[in-house]
Amino acid sequence: MSLLDVRDLVVRFGDVVAVNSIDLTLDSGERLGIIGESGSGKTLTALAITDLLPEGATRAGRISIDGAPTPTTERAMARLRGKRIGMVFQEPMTALNPLMRINDQIAEAINLNCLHASAQIDTPQLLAEVGLEQKHGDRYAHQLSGGQRQRAMIAMALASQPDILIADEPTSALDLITQRKVLSLIVEICARRRMALLFISHDLKAVAQVCSRVAVMHKGRIVETGSVSNVLGAPKEDYTRRLIAASRFDVSTHQQHSVGAPLLEVEGLTRDYRQRNAFLLAGKPLRAVDNVHFTIGTGEVLALVGPSGCGKTTLAKIIVGLDTATAGSVRFAGQSYRGRDLPKALRRDISLVFQDPFSSFDPRLTIGNSLAEPLHLETGLDRAQTPARLAEAVSAVGLDPAMLDRYPHEFSGGQRQRLAIARALVTRPRLLVLDEPVSALDVSVRGEVLDLLARLRAQFGLTYLIISHDLDMVAAMADRVLVMQAGKIVEEGRPSAIFSQPQHQLTQDLVAARLPELG
Amino acid sequence: MKRLLAHPSLAIGLSATCIFALLGLVSLVWTPFPITEIDIGRRFLAPTAEHWLGTDNLGRDMVSLLMSGTLTSFSVALLAVVIGVGVGVPLGLAAVAWGGWVEWLVLRLSDFVFAFPAVIVAILITTLVGPGAINAIVAIGIFNIPVFARVARGGALSIATLDFVAAARLAGLSNARIALRHLLPNIMSLIIVQGTIQMSLGILSEAGLSYIGLGTQPPETSLGLMLRDAQSLFLIHPLLSIIPGLCIVAIVIALNIAGDGLRDAIDPRLRQGPRNVLA
Repeated sequence: MSLLDVRDLVVRFGDVVAVNSIDLTLDSGERLGIIGESGSGKTLTALAITDLLPEGATRAGRISIDGAPTPTTERAMARLRGKRIGMVFQEPMTALNPLMRINDQIAEAINLNCLHASAQIDTPQLLAEVGLEQKHGDRYAHQLSGGQRQRAMIAMALASQPDILIADEPTSALDLITQRKVLSLIVEICARRRMALLFISHDLKAVAQVCSRVAVMHKGRIVETGSVSNVLGAPKEDYTRRLIAASRFDVSTHQQHSVGAPLLEVEGLTRDYRQRNAFLLAGKPLRAVDNVHFTIGTGEVLALVGPSGCGKTTLAKIIVGLDTATAGSVRFAGQSYRGRDLPKALRRDISLVFQDPFSSFDPRLTIGNSLAEPLHLETGLDRAQTPARLAEAVSAVGLDPAMLDRYPHEFSGGQRQRLAIARALVTRPRLLVLDEPVSALDVSVRGEVLDLLARLRAQFGLTYLIISHDLDMVAAMADRVLVMQAGKIVEEGRPSAIFSQPQHQLTQDLVAARLPELG
Repeated sequence: MKRLLAHPSLAIGLSATCIFALLGLVSLVWTPFPITEIDIGRRFLAPTAEHWLGTDNLGRDMVSLLMSGTLTSFSVALLAVVIGVGVGVPLGLAAVAWGGWVEWLVLRLSDFVFAFPAVIVAILITTLVGPGAINAIVAIGIFNIPVFARVARGGALSIATLDFVAAARLAGLSNARIALRHLLPNIMSLIIVQGTIQMSLGILSEAGLSYIGLGTQPPETSLGLMLRDAQSLFLIHPLLSIIPGLCIVAIVIALNIAGDGLRDAIDPRLRQGPRNVLA
């Protein structure tokens, strides 16, 4: 008999069927991965199993643990969740109570669920098991890094010694190195405790790394299920094949372009943030960007990689003119500036594409209105030409100009990112700064967007500065890579050279943290 | 519109408010009896077929007084909200769009105004220019300014961190245009909700100011003024105080219910619900 048995599970929001009659089994000690795009219903499946569905959702079907159906009363279900099911969520900052020390939160989980355990003895053990030091237990959530928070969450989930651990995108908010460490930790703990794992993710490589069996979800149905090597190695369903193809970055039009004269030169750029201590006196400044030098040639694709918080976004903001450097300067096409003083005539030549396609459009404006905004920078432009320019930009990203009258919420994430690129192109810029252009997108549309970027580069002779922590994407796109750590550039070179023979410690860590290719 | 009326509390609150507002508006063109007509002979009448709610100490018809008083209360509160929105919202938006010393100034200014309740402001104005409905409007309006400035700033702060505002800055839009084009439309629902709440507070304040003699002056009437006229007669003719009192309570409750319903219906922060889960 399986540990967890789900039969005919249906989750509905009113008339909308979000999860459509799925069957799942999970044996003890087994690690099952559920993969699918956003909106495929994978999170709702996990929530339905734990009976934590949001308001307005109704559930039908049978869920049994060890052959016994799950209780229907909320109280009994809460006991069951506490004792047998541990959960790890996507965003550890919001899943931890900001007002309680980590120790107390773990102790609470122990006291609530284990009658014969002592929190004083078990809490240090749990901390050690997830690789945290004792001093971390005395801290609050905001004093820990993202990876440490996720470890604390895992310790809490383990407190009641559950049989099943449900991990919902546990690493998608973490950077590459931390992601790898947390994934290994989850695998190691599951193996040691003989705990079953239900691992939900859109990242096929992570699933391949962690799980033994995998179920592929698409539009609320499970389209394929089987062992990892079978499903990901020799997929039977068309949808699975497409997912796997999309997770490889084969940017088809990628070839060496000739690099022209320097377009952008960054000279000794430094950005300090003033910090105030408890007495409101000026404390030691936080140096986000530290004496950075580099140049980008016309037509080049330069990538800036580094862990979160290394200052790469601050650098991008200074280059596009959203922030001002404390020292140093940027030279663009012969003109020197320090950030916000970027001359208005140059603004149209530098565009930025944001990371999050959901917040980069004003929900109250039509796409056409949003896209037309940067055209203010072209003083000589006739009003009558605006529609033609918008249509040109939208067609360039492969969308229909008729979409300009719609509002942002009518578009999917991938379409919005295309539109964001269209907005960046509308002034016909020379340099495009791309801040994590695909990290907020589903794996299945990442490839499309990267292909689009490669095509636009060839078509318009654009220069790109790509900021990312995703080495696979960088390897597929960039001509040259800069590695950044704590505000400094620590390594520079061609992607093939850097990734095969990393010199700096950080680069070595980044390369080692890459998840192996599928198949 | 259909979505708005799907909230029962909003439908109830809004229709009750509308009924009172209509009652007040009708008094502009018609009341059962003119409210300035004093007839000592028919004073203190109990409810009759002719005078539905009886008459007061000067023999004026209570229904007419009530209709006219409701109009005064509503218009005073509404104009005070208009002053608050008109001055407070631009201040709050400016604080966010410009930041720095502008923000500091707006915050300190609103702290300063917050320190004085409407009554103190009203007393100040009364000593300077004498009592009257206009003074009540100005006093309550001044009191409303920092409330709206804070609400606008709070809402705009969370909008200003979003990427589309940065995109607008990149597009070379000035601070004022960003505030007008991007910030204001996105905080409109917050302001409408706060507006209904300030309306009900304004009606209470107007009643309070008129009651202590700083607001509306006879021969005009307001609900607060009716209470003031009836206070010495409460033990003999309780109906004269109870009727305007209940009327104030009903209007305030209706506005509060409508405000809560509006918040449920249009405040985007309460409407996110299942979106996060599906993502």
